[in-house]
Amino acid sequence: MTVQTPPKPEVKESHAWRGIADTEEAERTSAEQDDASSIKALRARGRKLLGSLIRPYRKVLLWTVVLLLIQNAAGMAGPLLVKLGIDAGIPPIVENENYATLIAVGAAFLAAIAVEYLTKRGFLSLSGKVGQQILLDLRRRVFTHFQKLSIAFHERFTSGRVVARLTSDMDAIRELADGGVNDLVLSALSIVTISVILLVLDPMLALVALLSFPVMLWLSNWFRVNSARVYRRTRETIALVIVYFVESMGGVRAVQAYRREPRNQRIFDDLNEDNRAENVAGHRLSATFAGGVKGIGNLTTALVLAYGAYRVLHHQTDVGVLAAFVLYLRRFFDPMQELSMFYNTLQSANAALDKLAGVLAEEPDVPEPAEPKPLPAARGELRFDRVRFWYHKDKVVLPTFDLHIPAGQTVALVGATGAGKTTIAKLVSRFYDPSEGVVSLDGVSLKDIAEPELRRAVAMVTQENFLFAGTIGENIAFGRPDATREQIEEAARAIGAHEFITGLPEGYDTDVRKRGGRLSAGQRQLVAFARAFLADPRVLILDEATSSLDIPSERLVQRALRTILADRTAIVIAHRLSTVEIADRVLVLDGGQVVEDGPPSALIDGGGRYAKLHEQWQDSLV
Amino acid sequence: MSNLWRLREYLRPYAGRMAAMLVLAVFASLAALATPRMIQAVIDGPVTRADDDGLWWLAAAILALGVAEAFLVWLRRYIQATVALGVEADMRRDIYAHVQKLHAGFHDRFQTGQLLSRATGDLGRIRRFAAWGMIFLVINVFTYVAVIAQLLQIYWPLGLVVAASAVPLFFLSRSFARGYIRASRAEQDQAGEVANTAEETAQGIRVVKAFGRSRHVIERFEGEAAKLRDISVGKVRMLSKSWSMFDAIPNLVLAAVLIGGSIAVAAGAMTIGELVAFVTLQLMLVWPIEALGWIIANGNEAMTAADRIFDVLDTEPAIVDRPGATDLDRADAKGHLRFEGVRFGYEGTGKEILTGLDLDVRPGETLAIAGVTGCGKTTLLSLAPRLYDVTEGRVTIDGRDVRDLTLSSLRRNVATAFEDPTLFSMSVRENLTLGREDATEADIEEALQVAQAEFVYDLPWGLDTRIGEQGLSLSGGQRQRLALARAVIVKPAVLILDDPLSALDVHTEELVERALASVLKGTTALVAVHRPSTVALADRVALLQDGTIVAVGTHSELLESTPAYRAVLSAEADTVGAAA
Ligand SMILES: Nc1ncnc2c1ncn2[C@@H]1O[C@H](COP(=O)(O)OP(=O)(O)O)[C@@H](O)[C@H]1O
Ligand SMILES: Nc1ncnc2c1ncn2[C@@H]1O[C@H](COP(=O)(O)OP(=O)(O)O)[C@@H](O)[C@H]1O
Ligand SMILES: [Mg+2]
Ligand SMILES: [Mg+2]
Repeated sequence: MTVQTPPKPEVKESHAWRGIADTEEAERTSAEQDDASSIKALRARGRKLLGSLIRPYRKVLLWTVVLLLIQNAAGMAGPLLVKLGIDAGIPPIVENENYATLIAVGAAFLAAIAVEYLTKRGFLSLSGKVGQQILLDLRRRVFTHFQKLSIAFHERFTSGRVVARLTSDMDAIRELADGGVNDLVLSALSIVTISVILLVLDPMLALVALLSFPVMLWLSNWFRVNSARVYRRTRETIALVIVYFVESMGGVRAVQAYRREPRNQRIFDDLNEDNRAENVAGHRLSATFAGGVKGIGNLTTALVLAYGAYRVLHHQTDVGVLAAFVLYLRRFFDPMQELSMFYNTLQSANAALDKLAGVLAEEPDVPEPAEPKPLPAARGELRFDRVRFWYHKDKVVLPTFDLHIPAGQTVALVGATGAGKTTIAKLVSRFYDPSEGVVSLDGVSLKDIAEPELRRAVAMVTQENFLFAGTIGENIAFGRPDATREQIEEAARAIGAHEFITGLPEGYDTDVRKRGGRLSAGQRQLVAFARAFLADPRVLILDEATSSLDIPSERLVQRALRTILADRTAIVIAHRLSTVEIADRVLVLDGGQVVEDGPPSALIDGGGRYAKLHEQWQDSLV
Repeated sequence: MSNLWRLREYLRPYAGRMAAMLVLAVFASLAALATPRMIQAVIDGPVTRADDDGLWWLAAAILALGVAEAFLVWLRRYIQATVALGVEADMRRDIYAHVQKLHAGFHDRFQTGQLLSRATGDLGRIRRFAAWGMIFLVINVFTYVAVIAQLLQIYWPLGLVVAASAVPLFFLSRSFARGYIRASRAEQDQAGEVANTAEETAQGIRVVKAFGRSRHVIERFEGEAAKLRDISVGKVRMLSKSWSMFDAIPNLVLAAVLIGGSIAVAAGAMTIGELVAFVTLQLMLVWPIEALGWIIANGNEAMTAADRIFDVLDTEPAIVDRPGATDLDRADAKGHLRFEGVRFGYEGTGKEILTGLDLDVRPGETLAIAGVTGCGKTTLLSLAPRLYDVTEGRVTIDGRDVRDLTLSSLRRNVATAFEDPTLFSMSVRENLTLGREDATEADIEEALQVAQAEFVYDLPWGLDTRIGEQGLSLSGGQRQRLALARAVIVKPAVLILDDPLSALDVHTEELVERALASVLKGTTALVAVHRPSTVALADRVALLQDGTIVAVGTHSELLESTPAYRAVLSAEADTVGAAA
């Protein structure tokens, strides 16, 4: 019976529950692919993103470096002053009870401490502030971009993943901002200085010491390549954990009512375990890296010591130099140790940054017009011009669709499930752009209308009735934030929601809680209606919007619709033909094509499909 | 603090490994400490003596020590990975297990983002503490004590001065911790708010787009994120103040030692060599003290994170098996459902929704509940599977209070098709068999047939097709039919259908009704209805009004006798509307 099944992608056995989607990449952004060149390109994007985030703070960051250098210098002064105090301060006291030098040294020490204290404090608070500001910029940028991306993107990406990007990935980057940057500068600085000092002291011996450089580089490179891969997987596995967590919480009633908990737990444990395994792999890489750095450092020290001693024995250098060398080497490799820790955090943050860069690289497939055209004075004339549409290329939903809806007309769409009614509604509200052809409002292609203007012009009520946590008043005013309380109440009254709202303990100020859970489904639907009416659009779309209402409420809504729709273009999709009958015109759809078109009464008399539907519906009322 | 201490339950499985980590850390430090001595030996020995006798041995020993140290470091961190990440994963597992058990009332109040931030961000803080903070704390205290002991040995008056520096350090730590703990809690709570906003706007993206309110939600998100930044910056300021103090104190003591030591040397109480040794040793204290600031911050963050996590873990699920609860075997269940004097109001709303309601659904009967929007039909239905518990009165199945049955057996016997058909992003099969993992292909096929949802076989991969988040790429009617099939497949004793056909077109509705009739014949069913056409499923109808059942009878009886019923369900008014 099945005609053609697309090839089954490989699915991990324990992940069979997830089912098969178009491609596993469906959940990634298009910039995140597994081949080497995409990874490289993404890395470049990540770097560019970082650069663009830092750029505005270049000056401040320069200051932080200056503070850091001063702090460092003041810190170095301590041991020096001690040496000075002992060498130069004590003899005069012993000789003639002259405390002047000691006091001077002491005072200098205090001054150095004060400077160090102030610069350290300044550095920490300044760099911390910049770090947090950059983080805020990044959050804002990513969030704003998510808002720009189309519904189609959100449908495959899922909200859990959006949350993962905006929370856990940000956390990984925050760790970087939290600490380490100062180490980076200081460590790099001291490595360079000490290299120079060593070279000056004894070039031959220094060469032996610097032999460790290429080995270090090789090790870092090994770590970079491997950890990048592991940390990328870490980000992906934690995203899956988050997605599953968020979904389970969202549907917790169904989970409990169906005793799904044990199986959920098994699946979650599995995802959690995957994430843990990747994390452990990452930590172990960094353990090897840290151990390796330590080992190379110690090895080099031993080599230098042996070779140095040999040189001393053969009078090629003197003991003092050797002693200095050994001491400096310690201060040469310790920062490397710190660098290795920092590098680890950096790699983890980089992986997160790449993910975010991937999001930011995603082109909105329903983009805002570059040069928006203004809408002429409000009319509300809709036109589909040779529109073709498909969600997936292999299944055309609307094959060449032409339709003209004059301003002010109320059109009802009827047809079996899957006929394409909702799709037409989505095209009019520009959730999707047509694959071919043009949808236009008052003669302007929807693609050319500025987003805010389009949204003011077209509003849609669906059966989903998503409400935000917040008061009922806020929810009703969602489409028109400047509405007064009177206007809000008027809208509620018009569709018959006022009564139940005032019956609630705090009336319009009642918090409806997440998803509007404080209300019954029908009440949510009424609020959603009021929200759309208050928005006062020139085109109103109702997609099965009265399904959860009882008959009296529905009747009220219908009465309201008569007045509200009188001077407005409207597209009404409803199974209950009572709602359809208020339309001026009915379109019967089948397979994305209009098969009947006319005023309801004419169609009923015509004896076609609509007449049959109408008859069935009449029968159902008994 | 106590909550941090409670983390030990999670550390216990790793106790051996943690001990090993400590030992390794100590040995690594010993190896590191031994190396300078060996170097000393090289310089004082072969080099000074000017013969290479023993040089190679010493060099080999240094080499061995160095390699040993690197190996110890590697091994410790290798172990540390399993410990820290093990604790994190274990706690995450427990959080998930616990919130799954928490009652619907909890989830009504608690936003997902806040829960999520506990299971991710907060756990990360605990992980860092388990990985670094604890070890550093132990090592540093150890170092501090060891060094002070040596200092006292060299010259006790100055040693006391250094030891006395513990006093300001203590007060500094305390005041730092006190302020920091508040900031850290505030930061974590706010991170949860940011997650909430992100989650809510992601879920409501269609509404946001439909009303063109992106700017508004962006502003809201920015507001929350900016608040988070402000809290974090405040925290950073606190950090900068204390950390620089932690840096300054050992240096101040060093200055004091320099002055005092010089005077002591001048007075002959101490030799210069002793002073140098003293100062060198004292310098070893700088890092442990500096690190103290970091450790305190790290520990406090872990503490508030633990507080937040235990806040949730300590919330007792309100709906659990009573002691002595017994199983209701599906095979024995007849499905006699009774509501006796039931009163119910949602927590925290102060309004009673059901006010002494009595209702008797006979075994095998299908009873419809009618009533205006918001009268409490859904609420009533949620009492049978104990999604909520009655405030007064009781609900019984076969004469047994549902609270005396084990939850799992109760829910095995009562299956609900919710009015919001929640689907998960999983395969169709997984969604269908939510309540019955062992369902066979035949069971699935039968349920799909009853719900007229055979369309799933035509999806690209049939039952293995993943349906999108909340099944959104399916139409409302399709989702509703899947939700219906999901309830039917359980073959429960009591089937609860909340407005099950509202999104279906007339034709499909009729088909579903016809198919469903065969199932309902043998099953007790409670159906919330809005439409006369759905009433056709029922043997009797009950009218719910003002929190009680005001009338029970057949559809035509009630139409006849009860004006309120006519107002709610009369088809006539509907046709009048249609004909107008
Ligand atoms: N997001 C989507 N992705 C893929 N296919 C879709 C999506 N939404 C709808 N479809 C398919 O497009 C066709 C038309 O759907 P729709 O417009 O929702 O129909 P109607 O509203 O008339 O029931 C159906 O075959 C449906 O399966
Ligand atoms: N989770 C909840 N918390 C608080 N109040 C609720 C909750 N769910 C519903 N309500 C309130 O209880 C009343 C009954 O709701 P419900 O049972 O859903 O009505 P319906 O009869 O339409 O199914 C409504 O007034 C609603 O505001
Ligand atoms: Mg539809
Ligand atoms: Mg309801």
